[in-house]
Amino acid sequence: MADRSPGHDALLTTGGRGATVELRDVSKQFGPAVKGTAGAVNNLSIEVPPGEICVLVGPSGCGKTTTLKMVNRLVEPTSGQVLIDGQDVQRIEVTALRRRIGYVIQQTGLFPHQTIGRNVATVPRLLGWPEERIRARVDELLRLIGLEPERVRDRYPSQLSGGERQRVGVARAMAAEPPVMLMDEPFGAVDPIVRERLQNEFLRLHRRLGTTVLLVTHDIDEAIKMGTRVAVMQQGGHLAQYAPPAELLTHPASEFVADFVGADRGLKRLSLMTVDDVELGRAATARLGEPVGAARARAGTASWILLLDADGRPEGWLSVGQLREDREITSELADPSSPIFTHETTLREAISRLLATAVQTGVVVDENGRYEGTLSLETVGAALRASAAESTNGAAVPSGAEPATERAQ
Amino acid sequence: MTPGEPLIRWDWIVRNLDVIGQRVGEHLVLTGLAVGIGFVISFVLSIWIARKPRLYALVTWITGILYTIPSLALFALLIPVTGLSLLTAEIGLVGYTLLILIRNIVGGIRSVPADVREAAIGMGYTERQLLWRVELPLALSVIIAGVRVATVTTIGLTTVTALIGQGGLGYFILEGIQRFFSTPLIVGATLSVLLAVLVDAALVLLQRQLTPWARATS
Repeated sequence: MADRSPGHDALLTTGGRGATVELRDVSKQFGPAVKGTAGAVNNLSIEVPPGEICVLVGPSGCGKTTTLKMVNRLVEPTSGQVLIDGQDVQRIEVTALRRRIGYVIQQTGLFPHQTIGRNVATVPRLLGWPEERIRARVDELLRLIGLEPERVRDRYPSQLSGGERQRVGVARAMAAEPPVMLMDEPFGAVDPIVRERLQNEFLRLHRRLGTTVLLVTHDIDEAIKMGTRVAVMQQGGHLAQYAPPAELLTHPASEFVADFVGADRGLKRLSLMTVDDVELGRAATARLGEPVGAARARAGTASWILLLDADGRPEGWLSVGQLREDREITSELADPSSPIFTHETTLREAISRLLATAVQTGVVVDENGRYEGTLSLETVGAALRASAAESTNGAAVPSGAEPATERAQ
Repeated sequence: MTPGEPLIRWDWIVRNLDVIGQRVGEHLVLTGLAVGIGFVISFVLSIWIARKPRLYALVTWITGILYTIPSLALFALLIPVTGLSLLTAEIGLVGYTLLILIRNIVGGIRSVPADVREAAIGMGYTERQLLWRVELPLALSVIIAGVRVATVTTIGLTTVTALIGQGGLGYFILEGIQRFFSTPLIVGATLSVLLAVLVDAALVLLQRQLTPWARATS
């Protein structure tokens, strides 16, 4: 990057690309080494490859926030090492280190006495960027997080909604294109609807930026949704399991992890998988305007036929029993109540929509809305069992555990 | 008060306008010096002790005792040492501002939300940058509130310094009492109150100017 101010660490200047973050046998005891103190961390080792989102999750007092703060040295470890791209953070001057690590906290920590523009410009200003570059960067970031620069730039944080403030907090952390971002319950202070939107936005943003992210949450659903890897921690600061979310759900390493991910972990896995992960079924099809006889012959023993329009888009289901031999097929005959899915629909959504309608089978279409296949509760069940079996056999990573950023939301 | 004399003799006021102006000026200088010096001492002390609770307790204890000493007694105690001088007057006046100012400066710094401090440190602010760019700006309204109380108190107290020959509006009050003549007494007291109200209003305006974010509403 153009920015090479003195004292700036070359290793940390990866210009928008993620860095590897490695915690090596890290421990933190508070006070006179009292065992089991809230927030303590015990011999923790995790490695986060560049560009991944590592979620630290666990009950309160399990040391997840302490772990996060050891990366930017807000907490100094009692023993062990934290490495960023192989360099020990202890060897980096502490303010220089922090200026190259994005930091987002739950209460946002926005400066109430500074405008939104000023807030976002914080780290570039500390790094001594030229004014024009800062201004351009601020506007770019505000647009990136979906806020109009002209509207919010000169406002104060108190004039924004909670969700907007949270976004500004993320923009401020990203301002100097840090290779690593630390996020402590970043979506914890907003209502569930806004949270869901912010999560999706962040995943989209992350796909573009490729920053390495360490995110702390106590919410297992958020962990599974956001993480490409999830570190489950338990009281006393022990690492219970470190794995991609799908593996966590199919193969919890211990009773504790199984309890923590919940008895409904089968259902949770559904939100990690999409229609793409399922072997689609085939239905007999008929075309608009076709004579009934031809369609009926194609149906064979099936009692329902899927009616398609001239472009191959589904119109609805035809009940074979009710078709009259002497007529042409019209769209009025078709029952359109069956849900339509795309390849990106998560299996969780697919099942919930299947359960909400009277029909057992949904129709899967391509990006142009053309019929591709069918999806039923049975085919989903089969896919779920197959993916579980796959990870038992030691296959690398079940298909559902592709980086979270690739998942459609 | 002399019987048959009106409460206020306007002719006296008209004849003495230049003296009145001079006394107002003296009063302002005495007050300004006291609050100015008091502020500098309090500011330095506060920054030093803001994060040291035991030291802070000690300092408020000492300045608290200072605050409770009656002003007349304090001047009486000081005169043998520093004489009937400006120094005597200012030692007393400055002493009375310390408790109020230190409490407000430290309170202001401490009132900065923990998440704001944490974010600042986490983004790589040095201790000094944190103090000057975040803590002090955010403490400003509380600090100015302290300056207002200290100033109004000092304007009242400065009337007493006429006793040690340092002028100010107290001179008229003293004159009125000694000569059983109500006009200067009323002029001195009224102007002292008026001064306090005006200076206080000016400080409110200053605070509004310096903290635009406090007025911002959605």
